[in-house]
This record gives sequence, structure tokens and C-alpha cells, in this order.
Amino acid sequence: MNITTRNSGRGLIITVNDTRVDAAVAIEFKETVRTEAEGGAGPVILDLSNVTFLDSSGLGAIVAIMKLLGADRPLELAGLTPPVAKVFRLTRMDGIFTIHAQAPDDLKAAG
Amino acid sequence: MPVLRSAKPTDPGAPGDPGTQGLPTLGEVIACSFTAGDMATRRVLADVMAGLIKAGLNDEDLATVELILAEALNNVVEHAYADGPGPVELSVALQSFGLACMITDTGRPMPTDDAPDPPLPVIEPPADLPEGGFGWHIIRCLTSDLTYRRDGAQNHLSMTVPLMDLN
Repeated sequence: MNITTRNSGRGLIITVNDTRVDAAVAIEFKETVRTEAEGGAGPVILDLSNVTFLDSSGLGAIVAIMKLLGADRPLELAGLTPPVAKVFRLTRMDGIFTIHAQAPDDLKAAG
Repeated sequence: MPVLRSAKPTDPGAPGDPGTQGLPTLGEVIACSFTAGDMATRRVLADVMAGLIKAGLNDEDLATVELILAEALNNVVEHAYADGPGPVELSVALQSFGLACMITDTGRPMPTDDAPDPPLPVIEPPADLPEGGFGWHIIRCLTSDLTYRRDGAQNHLSMTVPLMDLN
């Protein structure tokens, strides 16, 4: 699982560089993100703009990450591509997460 | 390695006709046999999607089909073959009413006589949020004619994915 982590004024931004978050990588994905976020404080923003396929196993992993992080470290999502947004909409999980159109740094860069 | 077969039982176009105006080619059938597993699911989905791109499906329909097939195949890996991998047969056929999908395995039967129809898990954030139980809900939302049949030692799951270009 290839991810990149950077800090921003809005929180820790974790960018998923793989295009698929599915049953084959769900457990590894959960562990990788959990390890990256460990020990920090504040919101964690998961940048999914490179992800073009997410199934219910991937969705379950994201929900599990949210629960692992706890109430003090809200998990927010950014850059959902249409196929990924559809999974969140169908399962009504789009109402659970704060969802940004883009990761905060990208917004700043775009002026 | 998945075995991929492609056939056109009826070909209304002239030989070599790539299809009219990019519309899906009716009658296109893609079938494959493979051993169940998470990575096999990925490979098979890639092969089937490549075939459906050739057949002329649009991006949104392709995404819907990929999601449904993934959910159904994940279910085979996780439940039917929970004790160890076994053979799977998948076929999709482009019909006038949508994409007819069939999946056969020789694993454990489903716990019910029909394909599961669970309610969406109750969403009570944050501590009680469900981490599973979404797969069948997604399949039910996006398909019609969902049918499960146990025949001897085989599970047969069939469903139709309505396609936008055909409606």
C-alpha cells in the first residue's frame, strides 16, 4: 500500500497513491494508515483523489480507521472520484464523514 | 491464471464493424474460470472490464459493473470458500435489458434460500459505526433479477445490471 503523509494547517493529510482500495488490500490499508497517524493530534484527512475503485471492504477499512482514531482525531475525506463517491452515497456513509472536494493544500495552491 | 473466453453469438454488424456510434455491442459474452482469491478477483475484474470497454460501455456503467462483480466475488472468497479456495465461473452477457451476470462456485451454500437482503447497518456514529454488511446492500441497490440457487454442490448467483446506454 503506497501512501504519502504531510502536515497541513488543517491536519495530517494522508494521500493514497494506489488506485484501488479493495478486499485485496483492505487490512493492509487500515494498518498502514493507523501506523502513519499514530502519536499525532488533530484531524486526519484522507486524500482519495487517486483512488478510482473502492468496494465495501475498502469502505469498511475507512470506517474502522475512523473508529480507531477516536473522537479526538476526526477522520475527514477529500477528493472522492465519482465511483468512490457513489459507494459512500449508496451506503449513506456520505453523511457520516466531512468530505472535502480536494485536500486543503491543493485548495491553497489553487488560490 | 484466469481463462478468458469471448464470443459473439449474434453479430448484427458487418464483419469487423466496431459497433455503431460507440453503443454497446449486443450479444457480447465474456466468460472466465479461475480459482477464488482476492488477487484473482482483481485480475478477473481487469480482464472483464477490458472486454466491456471494447464492447462500448460508458464509464459510469463500467464502474457500476465492476463494483457489483467485486462485491459478489468478494462474497465467494469470504463466505463460500471460507475454508479454502475453490473454482469459480463468471460470465457476463450484454443483453437488450442490461448486463446479465452469472457466478458459480462449489463452496458453502448461502445461509438462506435466497440471496441476502440485509437492511443497511444502523448508523450510530462514531463508536457503533458498522465496518461490514454493505456488500449485499450495494448489490441489491444496483441490480435487478437477483437470484440465488443451490444446485447439488454448486451455488449459482445471477443478476442483471441495468445499463444507461440501453435504457
